[in-house]
Amino acid sequence: MEKIIELHNIIKEFDGERILDNIDLDIYDKEFITILGPSGCGKTTTLRIIGGFETPDSGECRFDGKVINDVPAYRRHVNTVFQKYALFPHLNVFENIAFALRLQKVPEDEIIRRVREMLDMVALRGFEHKNVNYLSGGQQQRVAIARALISQPRVLLLDEPLGALDLKLRKDMQNELKNIQQRTGITFIYVTHDQEEALTMSDPVVVMADGKIQQVGTPIDIYNEPVNAFVADFIGESNILDGVMLEDGRVRFSGREFVCVDGGFEKNEPVDVVVRPEDVDFVAPEKGMLTGVVSSVTFKGVHYEFIVDIGGFKWMIQSTDFVDQNEKIGLSIDPDAIHIMHKSEYSGKYGDYSSFSDELDELSNADTVEEEL
Amino acid sequence: MKKSAKGSFVAAPHLVWCVLFIIAPLLFVIYYSFTDSEGAFTLDNILALPEYGDIFLTSIEMSIIATFLCFLVGYPLAYFISRSSERQKKVYMILLMLPMWTNLLIRTYSMMAILDDGGFLNSILTALDLAPVHIVGTKGAVIFGMVYDFFPYMVLPIYTAITKIDHRLIEAAADLGCNSAQTMLRVILPLSRSGIVSGITMVFVPSISTFYISQKLGGGTFELIGDTIERQFQSYSTYNIGAAISLVMMILILISLAVMNRFSDEDAGSAGAARIAGTGK
Amino acid sequence: MKYISKIYIAIVFLILYIPILVLMLFSFNKTSNTGAFDGFSLYWYRELFKSPETFTALKNTLILAVSASLIATVIGTAASVGVVKMKNRFLRSLVNSVTNIPMMNPEIVTGISMMLLFVAIGTFVGAQDKLSFWTLLISHVTFCLPYVILSILPRVKAMDKSIPEAAMDLGCTPIQSFFKVELPMIMPGIVTGMIMAFTLSLDDFVISYFTNGNDFQTLPLLIYSMTKKEVKPDIYALSTLMIIAITILLILSNFSGSKDEVDRKRHERMIAKAQKKQNAAQIGNTGKENG
Repeated sequence: MEKIIELHNIIKEFDGERILDNIDLDIYDKEFITILGPSGCGKTTTLRIIGGFETPDSGECRFDGKVINDVPAYRRHVNTVFQKYALFPHLNVFENIAFALRLQKVPEDEIIRRVREMLDMVALRGFEHKNVNYLSGGQQQRVAIARALISQPRVLLLDEPLGALDLKLRKDMQNELKNIQQRTGITFIYVTHDQEEALTMSDPVVVMADGKIQQVGTPIDIYNEPVNAFVADFIGESNILDGVMLEDGRVRFSGREFVCVDGGFEKNEPVDVVVRPEDVDFVAPEKGMLTGVVSSVTFKGVHYEFIVDIGGFKWMIQSTDFVDQNEKIGLSIDPDAIHIMHKSEYSGKYGDYSSFSDELDELSNADTVEEEL
Repeated sequence: MKKSAKGSFVAAPHLVWCVLFIIAPLLFVIYYSFTDSEGAFTLDNILALPEYGDIFLTSIEMSIIATFLCFLVGYPLAYFISRSSERQKKVYMILLMLPMWTNLLIRTYSMMAILDDGGFLNSILTALDLAPVHIVGTKGAVIFGMVYDFFPYMVLPIYTAITKIDHRLIEAAADLGCNSAQTMLRVILPLSRSGIVSGITMVFVPSISTFYISQKLGGGTFELIGDTIERQFQSYSTYNIGAAISLVMMILILISLAVMNRFSDEDAGSAGAARIAGTGK
Repeated sequence: MKYISKIYIAIVFLILYIPILVLMLFSFNKTSNTGAFDGFSLYWYRELFKSPETFTALKNTLILAVSASLIATVIGTAASVGVVKMKNRFLRSLVNSVTNIPMMNPEIVTGISMMLLFVAIGTFVGAQDKLSFWTLLISHVTFCLPYVILSILPRVKAMDKSIPEAAMDLGCTPIQSFFKVELPMIMPGIVTGMIMAFTLSLDDFVISYFTNGNDFQTLPLLIYSMTKKEVKPDIYALSTLMIIAITILLILSNFSGSKDEVDRKRHERMIAKAQKKQNAAQIGNTGKENG
């Protein structure tokens, strides 16, 4: 696979505030890459630099190896599906999709043929003469995708394209987007704050926070091997504990020594230990590696969600077994369920469920949706 | 249904006012158009209208030219202002509003003071040893007066329409390959159509019905519809023929307004957009 | 491009302002020459102030503008509130169209149509002076009404229907709810409408020209009669004073308006933020449950 877009040391500031701090990223041809991060992390700005709507203060943006920092948006082989679509309200569905071809002065019969193809692809056959203002969100979305794809760009940028859709539709569109990407072989760069979306669709996922790239990897890598407390907490739920790496394969946390599979740390290095809530098994208290008291139980459908107090630290545990509140239980953790990370600036900020409640979680999620620069 | 309609009675004074002072006067225009000075039914007023055909044509011609010139000069101005910084926009808006709130008579009169044979322009020309020009009393002077007087009414609605355009649409156009000229022609111009239509209306209607501009800048040498109507009412007291002329003018304007509004409300379609874009060329 | 636009804007405004500036300049001319400046003097201003006509016209204009704008505002506010409550859609759009007629119609047609009405009524009741202050007032209220309604109606429409309901739920009678809750909410629109009506009335010439009586002259009518005679700089002086007054008003209103605007924008941002949080909380919620 060849690199199609390379970002080198990109720095961008707005009003003295550093939005992008030394971004380095290689994007390969024909892949579906997702940039994931909370509000203000710089993901949209990164996308706008690739699209040609912003110029970096320093650093290089390369396309096919050539620097394109100063190439205007209309000369780039990159098209965008905008947040809330930005369809032209004065043009009908057909003319919206045909827009780029009309600019290229493509012959009328070819325009008709290619627009038809696009309409078939996004399942909007028969909508040619509809007014775009009267389409549903999902339909507008499809028009936006067709409009961006018709000129066969090398790269398609998607800026939270599913954000305005309801849950059911969002799931359908996720599959559809993935299909379209595989069929057309166009590189998709997808920006979202929704971790589930990122895990479902992407080849690689780029996790960003505070203007920096935290981690790049496949969804499975990112979930199983997060590099720091931020990534561990942002992708899925995590219990993150202070620990000490005694030697390769041996780690101490929660007042006890555990066997693990990670290695390559200094002797006695302080580390962050991640244990996913679903990787903990309930056992009888006397058989448990750790013992604790259940302080709350929430029914979640497929499983129960417990908050368990273990020596003052609140763990989140998900299990299909039911245990009642205030009951004393034992916990068992397999070696491969323990993930060790180096300490980072995010250590101690995440992964503690002592003040956890659904309500608070909603509030903190709320911040991630606010529009970014 | 009855429950929530409660409270609509407060609109009653307004409804009465509308009937008495908007509808009734218009009915009187119609009544006078079809009666003679004795109050007897007649078609004479209507039949006499062809006499005024030339005046009608001149008025229409001149106000169309004035409207077109306003658009030609006004659209770029509105566009440039819309691209200025917030601070500058505010200053430009005040500069644009000030003439609007200055009495039309004063503006027209000041224009005449400059263009008159013994006016400012000619005294400058004479001082420069150039031949004085005779402007007041020509068609050009009247058209210029119309443009000058009603120009802000063209710029303001266009400016409003342009600033309302979602910036992402302009980005989307660039993304799909439009350079700035193409963005202007294919996106900004069609999307500011509603502003263009109201601008045209707001210039055309007062232009075609003016009588003061033609009196002052036309130097009394020729007549527009407005002059004719004014004379019937203020000088000759021939209300019936005046009413008939007004009626026809009103109908003409209403028809053109209806056509224009169709334009701006027309469903999203490339044909309409192209036609509007064509007039901008 | 930047320069071209700056130059273009400058040229257009220059042309727009030259006549006004020249007129102001010549109002200070020593002689009655309107072509060449013979020296600075306040002679024409003195002339202007000597004539009682000017002051009467000024007084008349203000009386007319204040009363017309007040009446139009009261009727227009009631109309806006009432029209929104009308259930019959056809009737509602009919009322709107009729209301807008004076705004769409050429002024001269509005003028002569009202003149015809007044003359006919005057003849019918055998009045001596068919046109008077009262006919002028009626015509001013009529052409101000659509502008008043235009600035109030959107506010009424935008008002959340549950707000008067909430007020009544808390114990307001419908009338109390109107005065304590609805009226304050649409007040900005009412103020704008009234200012609009006031300035339109001040400025009107064409309609006044056809509906005024001989005994009541306004400033625009005075200017008209002055321009009918020989060109003399006293009218320049009067115009200069009017332009200065308008400029001051416009700058003042823009200045205070800008502060309002800032407040409004800040307020809107806060509301938008709060709403986003709410939406996001919902999204987060559904996302969590399925995640």
